[in-house]
Amino acid sequence: METLLSSIVSVMFHGIAYGIVLYLISVGLSITMGLMGFVNLAHGVFAMIGGYLALSFMEQIGLNFYLALVASSVLVGLLSIILERLLYRDLYGGDELEQVLLTIGLVFMAMATARFVWGPLPQRAVVPLELMGQWSIFSRDFPVYRVFLIGAGVTLFLILWYVVDRTGYGAKLRAAVDNQSTAQAIGINTNRLFTVTFAIGSGMAALGGGLGSELLAINPAYAMEYLVYFLIVVAVGGMGSVKGPFLAALLLGIADTACKYYIPEFGAFFIFVAMTLLLLWRPAGLLGRG
Amino acid sequence: MRRCIRFAGVLTAGVLGLAAVSTGAETIKVGVINTYSGSQASLGDQIDKGIRLYMKLHEADLPDGVEVEVLRRDDTGPNPEVAIRLAQELIVREKVDFLTGVVWTPVASSLAKITGQAKVPLVISNASAAMLTTISPWTVRVAHSMWHSGYLLGEWASENGIGKVYTAVSDYTPGHDSEQAFITAFKAKGGEIAGSVRMPLQNPDFIPFLQRIKDAKPDAVFAFLPAGRQATAFMKAFGELGLRDEGIRLIGTGDIVTDEELPNMGTVPVGVITAFHYSAASPTENNRKFVQAWKQEYGADSVPNYMSVGGWDSMDAIYKAIIAQKGKLKPEESLRLIRNWSNPDSPRGPASIDPETGDVVHNVYIRETKMDGDKLANVEFKTYPQVKDPWKAMAKNK
Repeated sequence: METLLSSIVSVMFHGIAYGIVLYLISVGLSITMGLMGFVNLAHGVFAMIGGYLALSFMEQIGLNFYLALVASSVLVGLLSIILERLLYRDLYGGDELEQVLLTIGLVFMAMATARFVWGPLPQRAVVPLELMGQWSIFSRDFPVYRVFLIGAGVTLFLILWYVVDRTGYGAKLRAAVDNQSTAQAIGINTNRLFTVTFAIGSGMAALGGGLGSELLAINPAYAMEYLVYFLIVVAVGGMGSVKGPFLAALLLGIADTACKYYIPEFGAFFIFVAMTLLLLWRPAGLLGRG
Repeated sequence: MRRCIRFAGVLTAGVLGLAAVSTGAETIKVGVINTYSGSQASLGDQIDKGIRLYMKLHEADLPDGVEVEVLRRDDTGPNPEVAIRLAQELIVREKVDFLTGVVWTPVASSLAKITGQAKVPLVISNASAAMLTTISPWTVRVAHSMWHSGYLLGEWASENGIGKVYTAVSDYTPGHDSEQAFITAFKAKGGEIAGSVRMPLQNPDFIPFLQRIKDAKPDAVFAFLPAGRQATAFMKAFGELGLRDEGIRLIGTGDIVTDEELPNMGTVPVGVITAFHYSAASPTENNRKFVQAWKQEYGADSVPNYMSVGGWDSMDAIYKAIIAQKGKLKPEESLRLIRNWSNPDSPRGPASIDPETGDVVHNVYIRETKMDGDKLANVEFKTYPQVKDPWKAMAKNK
């Protein structure tokens, strides 16, 4: 009995930690695709560049871990403005197939560029000393870095939820997404609003890439390799929702971990079964407004 | 303008034709099917660097007037259908004399069938499922078989005080091979298997599997994962969960601590025991020279691994067949020479092909991963000399 309880405690912990990692790498997409409705398959590109930059800042300029993360996400956010102005803008509210083609093309270009610049090998992740090791609670050990990730993920979610749900900026954004021309008619500068939001989404993607690099190694194929996980989280969470992807990531993380622990034979595809069942039950996602 | 271009084209063709005639060069074509792009490009890179380095250092060994031209094709990963198309093109259109490279077992097994029909020797640089050399006599492997390291590690473990082992392998053929090899040898010597788990090939998080193993409290975990990111992620999870503090050791095939990945693994691999045929830290003279030449060519931070040696020895086998025939190749003779290949100077130690099976015979080393200065290294401490693939020996005795 005691062992069962203690195994449940650790499955819950690891499941939440894994779910938060899923959330961290998908949170940017929950903004660009979830809120702005743009099928942004190139989300992983921003995460990957964020990861590369953060690691380069640490290794080459000697910035500390936290500063490097912040610097890289700000930089990626700014860079994304250029892309948004040049490429994304024309396809807002347009044909989804065109959005898919554009962004998947960006993924291929980014993969080749990253391989050229940083080489084919995965990057070494850097974790500051204070986040290594483990904490012992309830006679179970919890890796410190994962505790830190849980904290970071929850903080990020709370900020995002507050901004979108409780501020004037959030209200304008929701209005602009729901009906762009009406929003413009009442004096909202939707162009600027979308640019800023896109930059925030890309910056968050970069932050997620950097934070998660210890678990999901940064390498040239990053954007393609984890694409399916980003999409699962946003699809299951529901488009147009801030809370949805968070709940979805946690649910999938816990379910996947429990399955791998108790019945490892099904570990490979459980996450996909869970996604299918959830979408059959709620086709618009957990909290979708579809 | 168009006429001008056409004229230039004719001129170039003429000059090239003249060049070919004037030197009377015999050009031997070697097709390399390898993974150059996609998420597994780092594997193909190691093989290719081994091939290039060998060719650079052995250019002078070729008979006069003989040139080797390498035609590289990208299978983009474990994609047999792509590889078959590329191989057909290389065989039919380019008329290659040899095929080599091949990272993946599924690719190797489909190529073995068509190269057998086309009578083109296929020299496998990496793919390592045991059965691959049994498909066609035209397939020869200089790399290794999963049974080499898995089987001998099983023997070593039970002779060295490890009583109860949990096995954890990636769920694909080489994983199944190494699991079966280890368990067969380990049980035969009286060892006990606490449990076995097969993990998905593309798996982002190993914590749940390792937590399960930790709760089962074995003496050791035997692990096989494809070299690279998967192995690194597994290693990190092993460290994060603190299995070693519970007295659980990590043992496995050398794939989990390949030389070029060690810097990504932190200090977790210290004390890991593995069985394998190559370590960049091996102190032999041949290896020292190889590593030195490698670093000179590719930079001080670049480290060769067993795949680099696979690429290197593939070219050694091909070059020796070319030299023995003085550049006038007959496919049957090339095959015979390659099936009798031996390289006493291989960086891994003496290696040869068993003519009976077409599979490699080489030393298998038991190594411990240790700090060497400020870097990790796989230090060899026991040698099983000149091992033939145990799987084929067992299959024959049945």
